[in-house]
Amino acid sequence: MTSPQTQPASNPTHDTTLRVGGRKLGSRLIVGTGKYADFTQMEQALDASGADAITVAVRRERLYNEKGESLLDHIDLARYTILPNTAGCFTAEDAVRVARLGRELLDQLGNPGKDWVKLEVLADKKTLLPDPLGTLEACRTLVKDGFEVLCYTSDDPVMALRLRDAGAASVMPAGSPIGSGQGVLNPNAIRIILEMLKDPANGGTPDYPVIVDAGVGTASDVSIAMELGSDGVLLNTGIAHARDPVTMAHAMRHALEAGRLAYLAGRIPKKLYATASSPWDGVISYIPGE
Amino acid sequence: MLINGKESEFADVRTVADLLKALELEKGAVAVELNREVVPRADHLRTTLHEGDQLEVVTLVGGG
Repeated sequence: MTSPQTQPASNPTHDTTLRVGGRKLGSRLIVGTGKYADFTQMEQALDASGADAITVAVRRERLYNEKGESLLDHIDLARYTILPNTAGCFTAEDAVRVARLGRELLDQLGNPGKDWVKLEVLADKKTLLPDPLGTLEACRTLVKDGFEVLCYTSDDPVMALRLRDAGAASVMPAGSPIGSGQGVLNPNAIRIILEMLKDPANGGTPDYPVIVDAGVGTASDVSIAMELGSDGVLLNTGIAHARDPVTMAHAMRHALEAGRLAYLAGRIPKKLYATASSPWDGVISYIPGE
Repeated sequence: MLINGKESEFADVRTVADLLKALELEKGAVAVELNREVVPRADHLRTTLHEGDQLEVVTLVGGG
C-alpha cells in the first residue's frame, strides 16, 4: 500500500504576483544596496533576500582619485531590476534631475528599471522626513515625463491619496524614520492608507500597490507590515547593518512570506477575554463559579 | 567649466564625448548632465561644450 502523499493545505505559490505599474515582481521584498561592509557581503545578502528588485542611488562619479570598485561590477543586471532612488534630494527640481539621470544610466545598461524611480524629496537631514509639497510636485512632473513613480511618503493617509491621484505607480508609506529600525510605529495609519487605496468600498483598487518603505529593524517588522495587508516591503539598513546581514536577509525573506500568508489566511479578531481551546463538555474537574 | 562642482580646465575637449575620454570614463556607466539637462549618450559626440558650462557626471552607487 502506498502512503498518501502529504501536501500543505494551501500552497504559497498560489499567491498573486506583485505588480507595480507595468512590472511584475518575483518577490514582494525590495531591498537596498547601501551601507554594506563590502560588495561580497552585499551580493550574498541580496541573494538571500530573494528580492529581484533592488534600489540604488545616483551620485557624482569620482573623477580624479582612485576609481576603485564599482557597484555595477557586483550586480547581475540580468537578474535584478534596478530601482534608482532620488535619495539626498531636498527639492522637487533636484529630484526630477536625479530621476532623469538615473533613467539615462539604466537606459545605457539596458536594465528594465529604466523609467522607474523611487521618489524621495526630503525635508531635512536629521529626520529624513519626506517633504509632502516637494514630493507631490516632483511626482506630478515625473508622471508627466513618463516615469513609473514609486513614491516614498509619510504614513499620512490623505497624502497617500493625493500621491495616488497624482499618478504614482505605488505609494510607499514609511513605517518609521529611514534607517531608524523602529518598525511600523502607527499600524492604524497604514491600515487606513490600505483601506483608502485598496478597498473598492472606499474608492480604492484592490491591486493598487502599497509598499511599506523605511524603518524596518528586524524580521517581525516585515511580518507586521505584511499582516496589515501591505503589498510589499522595501528595506535596506535592517539587513545591511545587522550583525550578520546574510542571515538577516534570510530572516526578512521568511518574515515576508509568513506575514503575507497570515494576511491571506485572515487572522482571528483580538478579544479581551480568553476562549478555551479544549471543550468544556465532559470535564471532570471543579469549575469556579459553577 | 564646472565639473561635479569643481572648476576644471581641459585642452582639446570640444564635446561631451571628448570630456569623458579625457576623464577616462568613456567606457564607464555614467550619465552626463549639462547645465541641468541630461545629455543622452547618443548625443555625446555632437554636444559641444562652452566656457562656463556646468556639468555633472554621475553613476550608480549603493543606496536604499
